[in-house]
Amino acid sequence: MPLKSFWFWAALSIALFTLAPVAVVFTYYGSPENEIWRHMKSTVLPEYVAHTLFLVCGVGVGTALIGVSLAWLTAVCEFPGRRFFSWALMLPLALPAYVTGFVLIGLLDFTGPLQTLLREQFGLSGFPPIRSGGGVVLAMTLALYPYVYLLARNAFLTQGRRALEAAQSLGLSRRRGFFRVALPMARPWIVGGVSLVIMETLADFGTVAIFNYDTFTTGIYKAWFSLFSLPAAAQLASLLILAVFALLLIEQYSRSRMRYTATGRASGNTRFVLSGSAKWLAVAICTLVWLAAFVVPVVSLGYWAWQVFAQDFDQRYLGYFAHSLLLGALAAALCTWVALWLAYAGRQQRDFSMRLMTRLATLGYAVPGAVLAIGSYSLIAWVDNHYIAWMESLGASSGPLLQGTIVAMLAAYLARFLTVAHQPVEAAMQRVTYSMDDAARSLGLSAIQVLGQVHLPVMRGGMLTAALLVFVDVMKEMPITLMTRPFGWDTLATRIFEMTSEGEWERAALPAVGLVIAGLLPVLLLVKHSEK
Amino acid sequence: MDLLEIEDISKHYGARKIVDGLSLQLMPGTIACLLGPSGCGKTTVLRLIAGFDQISAGAIRIDGEPVSLVTRMLPPEQRHIGMVFQDYALFPHLTVQDNIGFGLFDLARQARAKRITEMLDLVHLHEAARAYPHELSGGQQQRVALARALAPRPRLLLLDEPFSNLDVELRERLSLEVREILKHEGMTAILVTHDQHEAFTIADEIGLMHEGKIQQWDTPYNLYHQPKTRFVADFIGQGVLLPGTVLDRDHVEIELGVLAGTLPLECKAGCPVDVLLRPDDIEHDDASPMQAEVTHKAFRGAHILYTLRLAQGGSALSLVPSHHNHALGEKIGIKLMADHVVAFPRGKHV
Repeated sequence: MPLKSFWFWAALSIALFTLAPVAVVFTYYGSPENEIWRHMKSTVLPEYVAHTLFLVCGVGVGTALIGVSLAWLTAVCEFPGRRFFSWALMLPLALPAYVTGFVLIGLLDFTGPLQTLLREQFGLSGFPPIRSGGGVVLAMTLALYPYVYLLARNAFLTQGRRALEAAQSLGLSRRRGFFRVALPMARPWIVGGVSLVIMETLADFGTVAIFNYDTFTTGIYKAWFSLFSLPAAAQLASLLILAVFALLLIEQYSRSRMRYTATGRASGNTRFVLSGSAKWLAVAICTLVWLAAFVVPVVSLGYWAWQVFAQDFDQRYLGYFAHSLLLGALAAALCTWVALWLAYAGRQQRDFSMRLMTRLATLGYAVPGAVLAIGSYSLIAWVDNHYIAWMESLGASSGPLLQGTIVAMLAAYLARFLTVAHQPVEAAMQRVTYSMDDAARSLGLSAIQVLGQVHLPVMRGGMLTAALLVFVDVMKEMPITLMTRPFGWDTLATRIFEMTSEGEWERAALPAVGLVIAGLLPVLLLVKHSEK
Repeated sequence: MDLLEIEDISKHYGARKIVDGLSLQLMPGTIACLLGPSGCGKTTVLRLIAGFDQISAGAIRIDGEPVSLVTRMLPPEQRHIGMVFQDYALFPHLTVQDNIGFGLFDLARQARAKRITEMLDLVHLHEAARAYPHELSGGQQQRVALARALAPRPRLLLLDEPFSNLDVELRERLSLEVREILKHEGMTAILVTHDQHEAFTIADEIGLMHEGKIQQWDTPYNLYHQPKTRFVADFIGQGVLLPGTVLDRDHVEIELGVLAGTLPLECKAGCPVDVLLRPDDIEHDDASPMQAEVTHKAFRGAHILYTLRLAQGGSALSLVPSHHNHALGEKIGIKLMADHVVAFPRGKHV
């Protein structure tokens, strides 16, 4: 029993630590309503709500359409290039939405190369502006559809063709079979994918900032850094959290349905061979999405970066790189280490309370970075104030202990990315069976030796994956880094923010290339994994 | 008229021939079985009949109407052929009754409900009507799959290894139950299996398949007692082949004595043959002068299956009531009790 309760307390403290930044945001409800919040509520809040709703609907529908159709084509049909597209269509995962966003603006804006060409050569004008709600939806859809694609594809692949054949043997045509069988069976996966997309949409800061399309996240940033009102920012953040938690419930529900809808083995996959015009339509759709979401952004970035490289790449970039790498590495080590504790606790004590702790500790992935930034900062400030008061009561005078360090950043990163690390670590942990423990102990190893000689070697792959995923996610992360970094701690991501705020797309491309190269690493890992 | 007529069909993937010039006819109301080792192409034949795969040569006709030709094939949904899949392929998002009613989309609501009730009665699953497939046991899932396939009254029912996911005890019981249901409905059906006992239990006619061809199409009794090729003799039941010599058109001599029966046509007197002896062809008799040594014994409850070494070194099997319990190495008396002879010309591997 004492050992059990030790693991329970460990899991509980991890959960409390990661949930604290979220909880802190709600404490501002106690403070009296201030002038700035009243002002925001009557002026900009309706716009934030309308914009956020528009994005959620637009991006949700857009990614569902694109993701599901591509998944269907590559999982069930056969057409020229299918094998290539089935992995190539995952590649856009390497591009943060804000990078896709600023490339689109750079290319399609009024002063961009495409409109300029059409205007000067053909006298065409009057295109809809790219810096609009529609533009943001386009950028985010292109960047986020892979979430739906991956999950829906997985669903269609595991369904195999057996279910469809059963429908056909009962008299349904292929088209009706798709709508009556394949799609409903894949629904939990599709809902799961779309809710991930919507979470990302709600959490997005970089893209909407670039498009100047204000939502909650940019509102939080403005309240804090332009209007200097932390309470107003926290009020906004708390509203955003409520929306996120509603979404979280939907996602949880769809996950629980997945278990029952799994249909066992895939059948010997003979695919529907598309012929004639259907074949070329499939090729055209895949090519178009792949070009728009990956090739065009990457080529543009490469071209722009090459153009500005000579004049722009200097001493400062070493700093950006060093900061990005250092933050990524620290966060990766921290998250993996904590995830290991959490997974180990879950293994030692398998009961409801432990599962609850694990869920709570890993909820942060749903919470937007802007919210965590506020919460983490407030928390650190609170700790510092108490520390200073305590020092004064001892007769000593002291400055703040934690403010101005990277502790606030790391705390927020941990809250947001613990899930990312926990999933591969937990999956690896499940490969260590209990009888392996017993076998090792019966061969004379102590508990510690079992850890070192059995658990860690078996789990090494999972832990490396966890660290890599967190590392890359932190490098791409924008709002937390932007809002809680100590003075002078500029990274590649904040450099992009800086350059895009000034409309310098070419100069923003240089740091973006670094992020995309890093971002490709986990995607290639995923591709390799899914090709097995 | 034949309900199903398969004329010389082939199916190849690249150079690999899965089905190779196979023909068969099926009268209405017959329950047939395609039996064979895994990889013999039996499931492919089902998929060709169902229309999931295109044939490479030949023709498939149902009620005289061609459904599969090399140039043209009717899509599966227009064939009115029901199918029970090996993994059942139940729709996990639908309840039992909705699964059963899935193919009844042409019926009005009431007619549909009535048919669903009929089918639930037929397979005794009334209490599970609103359950989801994952809440059912393996045997129940199997019955839902059968009811779903039967509900639209198909012209022909195909069953692909329908009992392979069940444990042995349930398999036996369900295959009898399925046979009764099919007979009750007057359904024409083809079942595919690799298990000969299952085939014997359920089928009126069995086609034994090997390397994409049907080796012998016959009743279970004839398949066991009158195998036409060595492969059939070897695959069905137990037995040994003993060398023998043809005496005349109706007699063959082996070391245990002379057997009477029809011999292969091409054999004249003096022709060397291999004679099939089943374990029930050799009886144990303590009084018999003919002795054989016990080299192996397998206790089967009511019987013991003895493997014997004959005087000239050949081996034979004998099924003996189990109160005749002899030790290994003991010599026991045997006598030949075969009422017919099955022989294959020596050295020809047909």
